[in-house]
Amino acid sequence: MRAFQILIDGFAISALYALGATGFTLIFGVSGVLNLSHGAIMVAAAVAAWAAASILHVDTYFGALIGVAVAVVTAFATYFAVVKPIQDSRRIPNEEKEIFVLTGTLLWGIMIQELIAYFFTNNAKTVLPIVEGVVDILGVRTPRNEIFTAVVCCLVIALLWLLVNRTRTGKAVLAASMNPRGVTLLGLELTNIYIVVWAIYGVLAGIAGVLLGMFLGVSSYSVGPLTASAFSIVVLGGLGSVSGSLIAAFVVGYLETITAYLVSPAYRTIPALLLLVVVMYIRPQGLLGRR
Amino acid sequence: MKNILPGALRIFLGAAAFGALMTGSGAALAADSIKIGVIAEAQAIAGASIPQAAQLAADEINAKGGVDGRKIEIISYDNHSSSADSVRAFQRAVNEDKVNAVIASYISEVVLALEPWASRLKTPFVTPGAASNEISKSVHADYEKNKYTFHGYLTSAALALSVCDAAKDLLVEKMHMKTAVIMSEDAAWTKPLDVGYEECLPKIGLKVLDHIRFSPDTTDFTPIFNKIEGAKPDVIITGISHVGVQPTVQWKNQQVPIPMFGIASQATNETFGKDTNQAAEGVLYQGVSGPGVAVTPKSVPFAEGFRKKYGNYPSYAGYTAYDEVYYIADAVKRAGSTDADKLVDALEKTDWEGTIGRVQFYGKDDPFTHSIKYGKGLITGLMLQWQDGKQIAVWPKDVAKVDIKFPSFIKLSN
Repeated sequence: MRAFQILIDGFAISALYALGATGFTLIFGVSGVLNLSHGAIMVAAAVAAWAAASILHVDTYFGALIGVAVAVVTAFATYFAVVKPIQDSRRIPNEEKEIFVLTGTLLWGIMIQELIAYFFTNNAKTVLPIVEGVVDILGVRTPRNEIFTAVVCCLVIALLWLLVNRTRTGKAVLAASMNPRGVTLLGLELTNIYIVVWAIYGVLAGIAGVLLGMFLGVSSYSVGPLTASAFSIVVLGGLGSVSGSLIAAFVVGYLETITAYLVSPAYRTIPALLLLVVVMYIRPQGLLGRR
Repeated sequence: MKNILPGALRIFLGAAAFGALMTGSGAALAADSIKIGVIAEAQAIAGASIPQAAQLAADEINAKGGVDGRKIEIISYDNHSSSADSVRAFQRAVNEDKVNAVIASYISEVVLALEPWASRLKTPFVTPGAASNEISKSVHADYEKNKYTFHGYLTSAALALSVCDAAKDLLVEKMHMKTAVIMSEDAAWTKPLDVGYEECLPKIGLKVLDHIRFSPDTTDFTPIFNKIEGAKPDVIITGISHVGVQPTVQWKNQQVPIPMFGIASQATNETFGKDTNQAAEGVLYQGVSGPGVAVTPKSVPFAEGFRKKYGNYPSYAGYTAYDEVYYIADAVKRAGSTDADKLVDALEKTDWEGTIGRVQFYGKDDPFTHSIKYGKGLITGLMLQWQDGKQIAVWPKDVAKVDIKFPSFIKLSN
C-alpha cells in the first residue's frame, strides 16, 4: 500500500521536475546559457494563470494558456533584454560572458520575484486544477489532477523529442548544440535558432509552472528553490544532456518522496542534495555528461 | 567632557544640533503628533492587515480630535518577513523617525529579535500577532530590562487552551470524537503550542495518535496527509501560520476525509478564500474576532470599516493592531506624556475594551508578564469556519450563529 503510494506520488512529482529541468538544460545545451531566472519564469506563469482565473474570471483552460503565454513573453524578455546584450557586447571579454550571463539572469530573476511580491503579495497561490476529483488506483486515493500532471508532462516531453529529432527546425537546433560554427557555415542564422530555442523553453517552463501551480501551489518565495532544484537536477544528469536530466529528475523525485514517506517530511530534500555532492566527487560531469 | 571632544567633532555636533533645531522648528506642528512605528509583513497574508488596521485606528482617533489635541501619526515599514529587516526598521523608527512606540510583526522569530532592541532603545513595543511564550517570559525574567515589550496577542499556551476549550464543546461533546493527530509547522511559536496541545487534548478526551512537525518550506503535503490518514484520527489539530494556502488546497484536492481544526493564521484573512480557490471550505480555525462576530460592540464596526477601506476583512492581527493603536493612545492620555517609562507604566494599567475583548496585561509577578490576559470576561478567542466562502463563528455559543458543516469528502467516523 505504502509502496504504491510512493510509486504514484513520486511519479507525478518526478514528471513535473523533468519537464521543468528539460527546458533549462536545452537552453544550456544549445546556447551555453545557464538561465538562473528559470524559477522566476515558472512562478510568473503560475501567478499569471492564477490571476487570470481569480481576478479576470476567465475559465481554467484559458487561464492556463495565459500563464504559458506569459512564460514565453518573459523568456523572450530574458533573452533580448539580458542574455543577448551580454553576448553581443564588445566590452565584455568573451571568457567572462558566461559569468555575466549567470549574474544577469540571477538579478533578472530577483527582479521578477520582487515584482510578483509587490503586485500579488508573497502569499502562496494555487491555480484551480483543470480536472478535479479523485480516483482510486490500487487502493491509493489519487487526485485526478495528479494523473493529469503526469500525463501532460510525459506528453510534452515526447512532443519535444519528436520536434528535435523529426523536424527540420529541431534538427537545426540539435546541430547548433553540437557545432554552432558548423551551423553558421551551412547558412543558418544562429540568432534565429536561439529564438526558436527560447520559445520552446518558454513553453516548457510555462507548462511546468502552471502545472506546479495546480499541483502544489507557488509563491514568490518559490523562485529560488525552483531554480536551485532545476539546477541540481541538470547538474546531476549532466549539463546539457536532456536524457540525463530526465533520469536525474526521476532519481531526485523518488528520492524525495521516499524520504518524505519513510523518514520524515522535514528532511525531504536532504538525501537528493547529498547524492548531488557524491556524484560531483565521483563523476563531476554528471550521470550522462559529455565531458 | 566638552574639552575632550576634538574641534572637528564639536563643529559637527554643533551643526547636527542646529540641523535638528531647524527641522524641529520647521515641523513644529508635526512634532506635537504621537508617532507610532508599524513594522510588519506587508506582503504576507496575515501581516498585511497590520499597517492597514493601525492606520484606520489613527484616522478615527484623529478625526475625533486626536489625543488631547495631538494627532496620531503612523509610520509603517515593510519588513519582508525578515528579522534583519525588522531590526533595521526598528532602529530607523526610533533613531531617525523618533517614534514614541512601535507595533510590530506577527512572526515570533521577528518579535524575539526586536525585543532586545526595545530594551536597548527604551521604546515601548507591542506585537499584534506573534504567539511564542518566550516573548512575555523574557519580560518576566528580566523585568527592568525588558519591560518595554508588550505581548498584544495570546501566548501559544493560551492559544492551545482556546483550541482545546472549543474542541471540548464542538468535537468531543457534540460529535463524540476520540482521537486526534497534531500537525504543526516547525517554528518558534509552535513549540509551546504543541506542548500545550499534548497536555490539554488528552484532558478533554482526545487521544493524540501522532504528532507531525514539518518544515515551513514544505510544498508537497501529500506524504503528510497520507501519514495522518494512516493513523486514522477523527480530527487533525493544526498549528500553521507560515504555511496555509498549500496544505489547505492539497487537503481538498486529495480529499483527505479528516477535518482540520486549530490555529491557521492565514485562514483568518478574508483573502484566504480567493488564494485557495475556495478550498478553505470547511476549515476550522481559532480567531480572536471575525467578520460579523460581535465579540464586543466594537468588533463589527471595525471589521466593516476595514473592509470598506481596504476591500477585504482583516486577518486576526488586524483586530489586535487596531486595538493596540487605541490603547497606546489611551496610555499616552493617562500618562500625560510620551516618555517611555511613563508610557510603560500606563500601558501596564491598560483596561481597554477593544475588538477582541477586554484587554488587560499580566503583571510583573505573573510568568507571562505583559501578555494579554486570557479568560472569561477578558479574551477567550473564537472558533470560526469557512462556510460558503465566508468566515462564520461556530464557537462559543453566545456569538455562534450556525453549526459546523463539512464538504462532502469529509467522512466523520461517528
